[in-house]
Amino acid sequence: MATATKPRRRGPTLAQQEARAGLALLSPTLIVVLAMVVLPILWTIVIAFQSLRLRNLRTRLFDFSFTLDNFETVLTSPGFLDALRVTLIYSIVGTFLSIGLGLVAALVVRKPFKGRTLVRASMLLPYVAPVVAVTFVWQIMLDPELGVVNAIGTSVLGWDESIPFLTQRSGTLSIFGFDLGVPTALTVVILYQAWRYFPFSFLFILARLQALPAELDEAARVDGATPLQRFWRITLPQLQGVIALLTVLRFIWTFNEFDDIYLLTQGGAGTEVVSVRVFNYLTGRGDIGAAAALSLVLALLLIVLLFVYFRFFVGRVEEAESI
Amino acid sequence: MSRTGVDTGVAERPQAPRAPARRPARPRPPLTREVVETRILGVLKWVTIAFFVAATLFPFYYMVELSIRSIEDVALDPGALWPPRGAALGAYGEVLRSVQDGGQGFLVFLRNSGIVAVASVVVTLAVSILGAYAIARLQFFGRRQVSFLFLAVYLFPAILLAIPLFVFFTRIGLRGSLFGLVLVYTSQIVPVTIYMLRNYFATIPEGLEEAAALDGAGRLTIIRKISLPLAMPAIMATSLFVFMIAWNEFLFALLFLVENRENWTVSLGLSQLAGSVEVAKTTLMAGSVILTVPIIVLFFATERLLVEGLTSGAEKG
Repeated sequence: MATATKPRRRGPTLAQQEARAGLALLSPTLIVVLAMVVLPILWTIVIAFQSLRLRNLRTRLFDFSFTLDNFETVLTSPGFLDALRVTLIYSIVGTFLSIGLGLVAALVVRKPFKGRTLVRASMLLPYVAPVVAVTFVWQIMLDPELGVVNAIGTSVLGWDESIPFLTQRSGTLSIFGFDLGVPTALTVVILYQAWRYFPFSFLFILARLQALPAELDEAARVDGATPLQRFWRITLPQLQGVIALLTVLRFIWTFNEFDDIYLLTQGGAGTEVVSVRVFNYLTGRGDIGAAAALSLVLALLLIVLLFVYFRFFVGRVEEAESI
Repeated sequence: MSRTGVDTGVAERPQAPRAPARRPARPRPPLTREVVETRILGVLKWVTIAFFVAATLFPFYYMVELSIRSIEDVALDPGALWPPRGAALGAYGEVLRSVQDGGQGFLVFLRNSGIVAVASVVVTLAVSILGAYAIARLQFFGRRQVSFLFLAVYLFPAILLAIPLFVFFTRIGLRGSLFGLVLVYTSQIVPVTIYMLRNYFATIPEGLEEAAALDGAGRLTIIRKISLPLAMPAIMATSLFVFMIAWNEFLFALLFLVENRENWTVSLGLSQLAGSVEVAKTTLMAGSVILTVPIIVLFFATERLLVEGLTSGAEKG
């Protein structure tokens, strides 16, 4: 005890010391994040109002004569609305599917069984494997000539001809004699995204499931509730929180998704989402200003959508819980 | 945790007919809704598990299978799910050999990916351990704002950040260098690692640190001698997480390194390989296997650690 007593009276108080230490310890993190993330975001806003191109980068970078041209280019260019529509479909359906699959997967491995660890690990594989490798396998699996899916489809399932899954904009699907128009490539890309990202939801829902108190379920069983009733009335309501969180996270990430779609289709055949378009502005045309403007539009749209979600949907969930 | 107590007792019974065993009336239990549902769900459960395992494992199996077949063979019989004429490892040789020897030079790419991933782990940990400790333990002005700032970062698409970084690195000549890439990865991952580590630091009893402080240990000594050893599981999990992200990353590698073949990572090298016509798909699959194996080995070796580290805190909903 005695060793610790330094002359502390006149120095800063303990609270001040702590505050100082806190900021000092945090400063490396803060500097990295500010310099490499926050500053670039602010800079993007500046670039979006400059007429900056790859070839005039040297001369125009510090030319601060602002213009709205980039936004005009981006918002009025052909295909912008299509890209927006595709992005929305892709992120809404993709989010829904990946969480749905994650929920089902978590429910079936909820209770211990022999080999459960292996099953769980294999279910996480799509998520941990490198995106370049898995997109290539999918490409080859779905290839019209070399792919195993078309080989099985034509020889076993009796398809008339191979389906170029990743390059066909729309096809017809015949179910029970009805011909349905299906956006082939977009559907495949969405299914791929559900396959690759359901493990994330699976992981979080499983963690929550295993932390649920068993008494409620037990009590409902004693009262004669069937398994399905117990799921809908007891288990699912308790998962509401984690599912709401996953919806937000998955939606943000899917909405901003670039790698997977770019690697699968390069944005072709009706799968061009906004972020692929940004990339094309940046590297294809070297139009840095337009790329920045479009990425800002994307970010703003996401913020508006999230605002709507929190304002109207999350509010209701909380109301429902309070009843 | 609470899960073990009840669950195990139910599930470690023999799997097949579950519902009837509970009932005292052996011969024919009445077909109540409970019994019907339990039976159907019991079957459905195994069907679903089989479906998930097949759907997740098959692409990886297919990747390996194609990589050891010749391209002519695949063209002849694309539906074969078993390598018909024995294994051929030629594709691996081609991928790994250096460019001078007529290969694709993946050994160099592997080295680059390794350097980038390990360096990202080291830098990210160095930065985020201190930051996470500060947020978890110390009261200071702006603590909550900082947490919020870190989360807000994820609202913005990576492609948005890529634009100014691309411009900036082009101007200062760091584009094409592995160092620049490590900086970018670190800044992208730090918000998540801070969050993971913070949750763990918060679970370490404060009394231990107070005792050390009373014994005259300074703040940094306390972190090094007390908090760090106790947080080792979380630090391991975080390292693995960072390693995987850095190893798998594609967009920034593509934007920054594409003009500098010397410095390509495996992901980038593979994607560039796919662009050229003369490379056979089977070679591409061998490259994919080479890219995937290190991650999968790492993952299976540490799965439990990683899963617990990632979802710590999630149980509370």
